[in-house]
Amino acid sequence: MNKEITFTINGDEKTLEVEPRLLLVHMIRENLDLTGTHIGCDTSHCGACTVLLDGKSVKSCTILAVQANGKKIRTVESLAPENEYDAIQEGFKENHGLHCGFCTPGIMMRTVELLEKNPNPTEEEIRWGISGNLCRCTGYNNIVKSIQYAAAKIRGDELPATDPVFV
Amino acid sequence: MIPAPFDYSCPSTLNEALELLQKHGEDAKILAGGHSLIPMMKLRVASPSHLVDINEIEGLSYIKEEDGYLRIGALTREVDLENSEVITTTYPIFLDATKLIADPQVRNRGTLGGNIAHGDAANDHPAVFLSLRAEVIISGTSGQRTVPIDEFFFGFYTTAIQENEILTEIRVPIPATKTGNAYYKMERKMGDYATAGVAVQLSVDDEGSCVYAGIGLTNVNPTPLRASRSEEALLNTKLGPEDIAKAAAYASEDCNPSADLRGDEEYKRAIVKSITKRVINAAIARF
Repeated sequence: MNKEITFTINGDEKTLEVEPRLLLVHMIRENLDLTGTHIGCDTSHCGACTVLLDGKSVKSCTILAVQANGKKIRTVESLAPENEYDAIQEGFKENHGLHCGFCTPGIMMRTVELLEKNPNPTEEEIRWGISGNLCRCTGYNNIVKSIQYAAAKIRGDELPATDPVFV
Repeated sequence: MIPAPFDYSCPSTLNEALELLQKHGEDAKILAGGHSLIPMMKLRVASPSHLVDINEIEGLSYIKEEDGYLRIGALTREVDLENSEVITTTYPIFLDATKLIADPQVRNRGTLGGNIAHGDAANDHPAVFLSLRAEVIISGTSGQRTVPIDEFFFGFYTTAIQENEILTEIRVPIPATKTGNAYYKMERKMGDYATAGVAVQLSVDDEGSCVYAGIGLTNVNPTPLRASRSEEALLNTKLGPEDIAKAAAYASEDCNPSADLRGDEEYKRAIVKSITKRVINAAIARF
């Protein structure tokens, strides 16, 4: 029997009638047309589906849409305020933090919570912090640099130098 | 893959949840963190026709020392352990375990109750609770009952929890002063299930003689296993290198690992021996 759920998605309130078995990631991508969140694996490993649910980063492929009732969902589309780059997006842009970009939205949303909880993470804390997100392209080093850059930008500190090879 | 169709309820009180379980019987499954259950449902290995979502029930998430016990509410999320001062100071074994469970996103959802109620010997907290000699509080329509952890695990996905009951709390006797506890699991990659895992809690008296030994093993037996012979080998000793070596050897002999992609039996037994020694020493270092 379908359920009616109400939630906010990237700040906007929405009410939908859904099957209980509808996964949150499918609701986001297909019912809400927000295709920035990706489906990478089907085994809850890769983290490409990571979104924020009431501020916590979660794998939306392993959560039912009905569990978002009364909650706030944030996806990668919420990062770009008015055509400027968000600090995290700028970090990935300036430090070549992506190749194919498939894992990137999930890593960015994970980074939002990571930096909120730990605004000045060490490299090791960043690597542990993104251990729920798999990337097949980059080898992670530039992802780490992107996050360090974003962290510095959010703190208002001097930005780390970007490697000129990738500019 | 997506789950087969099912009906869904989201009760706001424990009594409502228990009534729903009573009504739907074996067709109902409890949804807590969902990060063991939902993947199984997506693969259609599990197809409950009714899910009872207990995430909105208040009062089931807590970590507190009270009446001689550390009491942990079943809905306590893994991430809550990392933020708990009492866990960090007295029970660092939980921090050792939680940081080896899956990854940060999963730990935002996964619950302590679910980790043991699922009845999977590959989960990490069962061995931890074995080493701490925990008691499990199970709630039903006629009240609560307490089950010692040694009587809780029965087999594959089978625990002492009956169809119409909900695990609501796990409690651990507050240990004596000179106590150390630790957990380690060997894994192939970040967030994997254990190739083998060992949980240890030890207490010594003022002369340095071991008065408490609790050792639990992860994923090397159909159920989470207590390494009883290893515990006996340490009790009333000064925890010298030979005592530790004996305990490690016994754990290696007494477990029943199955060969799989993580390793064959001989390999896993060797890992158990090595990790048991390592974790005993880690616990001692925390006295």
